[in-house]
Amino acid sequence: MLQYIAQRLLLLIPTFVGITFLAYAIMLLAPGDPVDLFFAGGLGAGTEGIDSDRLAEVRADKDELRRELGLDRAIPVQYALWLRRLLQGELGTSFKDRQPVWDKIRARLPVTIIINVAAIVLTYLIAIPLGIYSAVRSGSRFDQLSTLTVFMLYSLPVFWIGTLIIIFFGGGDFFAWFPPGGLRSLDWEPSWPWWQKLSDYAYHLAMPLLCTTYGAFAALSRFMRTSMLENARQDYIRTARAKGVSEPMVILKHMLRNSLIPVITILAGLLPALIGGSVIIETIFSIPGIGQLGYQSVLARDYPVVIALFAASSFLTLIGILFSDIALAWVDPRIHFGKGRA
Amino acid sequence: MSAKPQTYRGRVWAELRRQKRAVWGLGMVLTLAFVALFADFIAGGTPLYLRIDGQSYFPLFREYAASAGLAKLPPALAGADFRALNQHAEAAVWPPIPYASTSVDITGEVFAPPSAQHWLGTDALGRDVASGMVHGTRISLTIGLVVVAIQATLGIFLGGLAGYYGGWIDIALSRLFELMLGIPTFFLIITVAAIFPPSIYLIMVILGLTGWIGIARFIRGEFLKVRSLDFVTAARAIGASDTRVMFGHILPNAVAPVLVSMAFGVATAILTESALSFLGIGVPQHLVTWGSILAESRASTFAWWLAVFPGAAIFLTVTAYNLLGDGLRDALDPKLDVR
Repeated sequence: MLQYIAQRLLLLIPTFVGITFLAYAIMLLAPGDPVDLFFAGGLGAGTEGIDSDRLAEVRADKDELRRELGLDRAIPVQYALWLRRLLQGELGTSFKDRQPVWDKIRARLPVTIIINVAAIVLTYLIAIPLGIYSAVRSGSRFDQLSTLTVFMLYSLPVFWIGTLIIIFFGGGDFFAWFPPGGLRSLDWEPSWPWWQKLSDYAYHLAMPLLCTTYGAFAALSRFMRTSMLENARQDYIRTARAKGVSEPMVILKHMLRNSLIPVITILAGLLPALIGGSVIIETIFSIPGIGQLGYQSVLARDYPVVIALFAASSFLTLIGILFSDIALAWVDPRIHFGKGRA
Repeated sequence: MSAKPQTYRGRVWAELRRQKRAVWGLGMVLTLAFVALFADFIAGGTPLYLRIDGQSYFPLFREYAASAGLAKLPPALAGADFRALNQHAEAAVWPPIPYASTSVDITGEVFAPPSAQHWLGTDALGRDVASGMVHGTRISLTIGLVVVAIQATLGIFLGGLAGYYGGWIDIALSRLFELMLGIPTFFLIITVAAIFPPSIYLIMVILGLTGWIGIARFIRGEFLKVRSLDFVTAARAIGASDTRVMFGHILPNAVAPVLVSMAFGVATAILTESALSFLGIGVPQHLVTWGSILAESRASTFAWWLAVFPGAAIFLTVTAYNLLGDGLRDALDPKLDVR
């Protein structure tokens, strides 16, 4: 097993290099570069009516900035330099404000992690019992209702629900039950007791958390129910019942355990999906997290930040896949390591 | 021998019709397709029929013919402002929603709430939301279908290649699949959409290029499973070419689940495009789509109609394709036949 994991980890390296190089190349091949953007005017600015001396000066300044940022080199060279710095534990500095990239990321990490971990925990806590109940009482009114609800939730775009919540419950012309965004109230003070700070925090995170959770929840509980129903028809379930195993035992021990196998695999996909989702959620609710940082950096063409976030999320995705493969092999004795990979 | 022989396709169709949800989904999909096809007749700033000075014109048909290069617009209509012409027209037939999706209403009424005149209100520039919704259908569906076509083509081709030939081709392509799997897709899409000049074609290409991996892996597995079966050997024995064996003999066995995945693919593509337009990095500014109308509501939260209607359209469309995909999957799955 260790050998298999080591083998997979080794294979991760070329994949990771391939992905990050791809991202690097795409960014640098795009028309226009950050330097054009910094020199106000950007892509669309015309050069007519500016005298040629001044223009040459600007061009020289731009070239100097490009040299300074390392943008004048060939793409593979830039990439190699980036990779070398990464191996030394360096993520570089932001083009935008010359801050170390890691500092920028670290400052924004906690809130994104809190939202996503809370969302995953909530999702599994609700979806698994619901999936079990729905499958056990398959065809009942409760099952039909919950299946329909989950199906609707599954198709509801997060950015729509987020916008609607803000419009109808976040101040504005309707109700002002929740803050429309941000992390702290206007009258927030450092002298507040911890419970007041905590409840203020929770008050601000309630709506973003709701939006993050329902999408993942819908995907997972649909999966859970199908998985349970598929197992319910298997012969071993009939065998278990026939030999007199009690019904709760049949469901919890035989059916559930096997049904969890595909649910584990979905965890691998859930992580990157939540990272992507953070961009939308954090933009809608103005939450200073990783998603917002990524989106703002993309717009500002702050390549060091973008590539760092890209590398981090592809690393997480790859680890997620590896983790779910290992977990799968661990819970399902029929899957053998290394051999018979289809 | 009185019973009619039942083809696979016939059986799937019969099964699909028994699925109430799938029928609903299919109905909604067809309705949307109808709206998209006849968008100009439902909403637009060009009248269907206009009579001026005793002369009859069919401006909309003329425009179609002109854009197809078949005819030129008559001088009286070229570059005409139909709403101004309408003042002294003797007779006119307008689409039920007589506003163009992208141009400003002549009254210039901005942020008008839904009314008899503007059924779904107007936006910050005074553009009619109802018209934008109708024309947005066309853009959304086009993007959804083109994206899925790209995905299916790539997925079937690359997956088929890997599964059929095996060996080093399979090894090389499987590496590529793994690489694609590790890409944080949504982040990549956002990056590309934001740093390249906005265009519908760009959206189609990036969504198409990032979403084929599921189909490819499935097709590869199917080809691997089937390629050593007797009917494939038989086909080869009678001298069928590789292409013919792959696409004529093996592919039909695997095509049904791909259809399911394509139905879900349309839903995902439409959702992603709306999300990009919502973030302001999707379609170009001058185009009006569901996502771009919804995006306007972010800056003007009092205008609830800018959020409610386009979002509902996205939701219904995504639901329709998901229903269809779900129903299709159940219809194709012989194991699920438990009734």
